[in-house]
Amino acid sequence: MKWTPENWGDVPSGWTRSHLLGLEDLSVDEITILLDLADRFRREILDSPDNFRKLPLLSGKTIVNLFFENSTRTSTSFGLAGRRLGADVVQFSSSTSSVSKGETVVDTAKNIQAMGIDAVVVRHSCPGVPRLLAQNLKNCAVVNAGDGAHEHPTQGLLDILTIRQHFGSLKGLTVAVVGDISHSRVARSNIFALLKLGATPIVCGPSTLVSPHWEEFGVEVNYSLDKILHRVDVFNLLRIQFERQVVRPFPSILEYAHLYAMNSERLQQCKKDALIIAPGPINRGVEITPEVADGPNSAILDQVTNGVAVRMAVLWATISMVQKNAEKSLSN
Amino acid sequence: MSTQSILIENGRVVDPSQQLDKTANLLIANGKIVGIDVAADDIPDGVQRVDATDKIVTPGLVDMHVHLRQPGYEEAETVATGARAALHSGFTSIACPPNTDPPIDSQAHVALIYELAASARQCNVFPICCISKGREGKELAELGILFESGAVACSDDGSSVEDSELMRRALEYCKMFDKTVLCHEESTPLAKGGIMHEGYVSNLLGLRGIPAEAEDVMVSRDIALAESVDAPLHIMHVSTEGALASIRRAKSRGVKVTAEVTPHHITLTDEELRSFDANFKMNPPLRSRKHVDACIEALVDGTIDVIATDHAPHSVEKKLRELDVAPFGIIGLETALPLAIETLVDSGLLTWSQLVEKMAFNPSQILRISRGTLQPGVDADVTIIDPNLEWIYTRAEIRSKSQNSPFLNRKLKGRAVMTIVSGEIRYQL
Repeated sequence: MKWTPENWGDVPSGWTRSHLLGLEDLSVDEITILLDLADRFRREILDSPDNFRKLPLLSGKTIVNLFFENSTRTSTSFGLAGRRLGADVVQFSSSTSSVSKGETVVDTAKNIQAMGIDAVVVRHSCPGVPRLLAQNLKNCAVVNAGDGAHEHPTQGLLDILTIRQHFGSLKGLTVAVVGDISHSRVARSNIFALLKLGATPIVCGPSTLVSPHWEEFGVEVNYSLDKILHRVDVFNLLRIQFERQVVRPFPSILEYAHLYAMNSERLQQCKKDALIIAPGPINRGVEITPEVADGPNSAILDQVTNGVAVRMAVLWATISMVQKNAEKSLSN
Repeated sequence: MSTQSILIENGRVVDPSQQLDKTANLLIANGKIVGIDVAADDIPDGVQRVDATDKIVTPGLVDMHVHLRQPGYEEAETVATGARAALHSGFTSIACPPNTDPPIDSQAHVALIYELAASARQCNVFPICCISKGREGKELAELGILFESGAVACSDDGSSVEDSELMRRALEYCKMFDKTVLCHEESTPLAKGGIMHEGYVSNLLGLRGIPAEAEDVMVSRDIALAESVDAPLHIMHVSTEGALASIRRAKSRGVKVTAEVTPHHITLTDEELRSFDANFKMNPPLRSRKHVDACIEALVDGTIDVIATDHAPHSVEKKLRELDVAPFGIIGLETALPLAIETLVDSGLLTWSQLVEKMAFNPSQILRISRGTLQPGVDADVTIIDPNLEWIYTRAEIRSKSQNSPFLNRKLKGRAVMTIVSGEIRYQL
């Protein structure tokens, strides 16, 4: 079917947020709305030959990718998502800004806003920056593209979407999040959403990178990957975040790989239909060996496509709310 | 000093130094306390009468931990503005730690603080000098000369003295002058890069943690050192259950250790960081509920001797920055008394007399200053408190030069309505 902004319909009425700061605050319904939207964008727009991968729902809107931390794939994915919806996307990275001159994040954002924008997609090494922006910007959607080790909600959503497409539902699935849990925003966004959607998360990794406090949050903590292989449906293999570690938490990469790399020997002990996902960029030979990354259980590239679909859903939903709120305040 | 005599009538006079808690008249003359319920014949003609009915009359409050930022950070606070905020909050004496730029490690610097305070004519200001030269933790500052020129104690506040040998030498050396070493207790390698208390909340927020053990291990070490040389040691802004257990045990075997807690460590928990607001970022960090409860319990059983604010002004633009780079600390002078009244006295945990002990008498003893008492003959520093006055802590109420308070717009109960320094009414609400 040929879709146009006219026949596509509106954002479901259950969605009322103009920002996406994290998954911890979202309800099951809100997460489901975003997943359903993303699923629809994936099927009807990205995978469909009729629509040339475009649907100009955000035509005339401007999105700024405000990246204070290096990123290629996330900023490209957001950029593509915005363009596929017909928006103009501007890139802003800290190396080319006045941040190095000591300008505060809020000032930077206000300056950009003064140029007239509809959404800020922000990545920053410090947790809480997206919230700080949301509190200080008016008539502008704020989407968190990763704040320190706190949350990376669109990555969480695309992981969940990939799992849901594979198994049909999250209910009753056991999902192991493996690796550097402490420094991972991906782990946090995954865990928050998995719990809400009825899956059973396990956090697995070296004891120096997996806080026992997860148990208080209702998450199983297990330090042995080998011991959980047989009962896990999905493995989410995290990258070791060397850049966030103040001290080296384990003796060597060799030792880490020995204990936690997903290789073909380990995969043989897993359930036949076990799903392997990884947020990327993957370190081949560290958390995952090439034959597993490229093997039949891996959905790593599928995640990348889902990433664009999820970001289309999030940008459309949040920017639509900003517009709705602006119209409401005008009519008042 | 004022030659005006003042008669404070009908107030509830609370002075733990004389085990006094009763409705009485307090007479001040020639800048000194004359006494209570002085015979009518002995009251000078022309005395100024102050009605203190339903008010509490206490020795002027003493805050032994107030960062005045001068010199070096005058955009955040000066001796004059900090002392003004203190005076308006019922404090007649404050002591300022030496982590200024340059740090207070010279005679000239000590003299400068006294001079600035004298010309400001707000409350009394007592400088605390560095333990180590340049506050670098390497060699002892010229402590004898510094004490002689008026430094009331020494501290490398802002950082721990990592070198155990230097710390022991400081304690041993200060003992000779009968001065207390005030310690910021934090093992730097354990706390490195931390933003908030390490625990359940920091794990959820992905914020780097400062573990309670960073404080516990240093407190244990310093108690061992103070015990070995039998010297007075004061633990600043204690915040952990473990540190308090060490202090409690040390006190029971006679170690000369005292401790202070801030109002925020008994009123706020690490849950506040969920807002990512830098006004909840301080060092030591806001701890979890069990540590907060331990602090309150330690105030009640006497393990904690002092309530001190750790008033730490920072300019707005610094606190508006991302949590990782925003500086540690909050202002606390103006909210200290009402928060203490609400948390400790109104709840029935402490008597007024015990509160005055912790906010006036004990800190004076630790600093070896003759304040915190209404004994006849001492300098007349007096605070009159309305314990029932309800008010809202708005920006307009702030007398400090900075506004970094997590208690902004909070409804408070209790407030100093008059502050008298050396017999002179310097502040009246």
